[in-house]
Amino acid sequence: MERNIAYIALFAALISVLGFLPRIDLIAGVPITFQSLGVMLAGAVLGARKGAMAVLLFVALLALGLPLLSGGANLWSVLYTPRIGYVLAFPVAAFVTGWLTERLTMLPLALAAGLAAVGGGMAALYAIGIPVAAWLNDLTLSETATGALAFVPGDLVKAVVTGLVTAQLARMRPGVVMSRP
Amino acid sequence: MLTPTFPGDSPLHRLAAGVKLAALAGLGIAVGATAQPVLLGLALVAVWLAYLPLGLTEAAGLPQRLWPLWPFVLVIGGWHLWRGTPEAGLIVILRMLTMFAAATLLLRTTRFDALLAAFSGLLRPFDRLGLPVDRIALALAMTVRFIPVLALRAEALATAWRARAARKPRHRLLAPLTLAALDEADRAAEALRARSGSV
Repeated sequence: MERNIAYIALFAALISVLGFLPRIDLIAGVPITFQSLGVMLAGAVLGARKGAMAVLLFVALLALGLPLLSGGANLWSVLYTPRIGYVLAFPVAAFVTGWLTERLTMLPLALAAGLAAVGGGMAALYAIGIPVAAWLNDLTLSETATGALAFVPGDLVKAVVTGLVTAQLARMRPGVVMSRP
Repeated sequence: MLTPTFPGDSPLHRLAAGVKLAALAGLGIAVGATAQPVLLGLALVAVWLAYLPLGLTEAAGLPQRLWPLWPFVLVIGGWHLWRGTPEAGLIVILRMLTMFAAATLLLRTTRFDALLAAFSGLLRPFDRLGLPVDRIALALAMTVRFIPVLALRAEALATAWRARAARKPRHRLLAPLTLAALDEADRAAEALRARSGSV
């Protein structure tokens, strides 16, 4: 139990620290960051439930005002920008990524985690993020979706990196990857 | 850096964290429900005036503190101008600035542990429904406590990389950093167990 709490908290801290790394800004103010990679990784490494909890912890801290989003933003500063949709979708993205990683046991871990990251960190993230962003910003779905298109290549790279890093971790410390005990 | 509380003893400092948090949330909803640039402008001015209890220099410094938002303003403004909806763009920008200013005000006048306590208090009613409120509060505090630790590790890894390679450190640092995080977690779990016995 203590191990669970510690892992979840430390992963939330990791996601926060990944936000401090430099990022690239694109249209409509949505940046390419290491942070969403951290979200995918949380699901792939910790599994669906614990990964989602780590990300929920991160979002809770954002709601409490801590400037942990890349660029030094908190939840309230992005409330009326397109980013809000994706931030609120992060926990679901982590959950789906973890869920897929846990289930794709017939595949080697790198491939499983990579595909899971595409399913969770991309498909699920956009499926939730785009409608929420459109709703909170008075934009149409197609406008928001078009804005998101620019991130697909970057996100694909992140998914691949997620797969590779997860497999690397499993090699370096077997047992640490909780999605594949 | 993370909890940039402006030390002081203004009426805002003394106000309960829960009240301020609720006010921020309320403002967020109100600002979202308003589609009148004039009203939003007034809201922004009102938030600016709320900085006065902190002193004139603090209040005068607000534009400077809002400055990092300029890329967003540029992009959103340009986007709406191109789309032919300048008023909608103005509304979005005003909302963003108002919320950012209000959130910054909250952060500067409230200690993190007070915010945490307020948050736990908010969750307390769910305790009887099975929500592990104490564990959540513990996890939140732990996360904040470990962010500087991991940030230092990331810096150390980056320095070590730069000493050996010509290219900039990138994704290669992720595995060692994640491992560092998980190792810290193992140690922290040990400490938790030592202090409170196994759950």
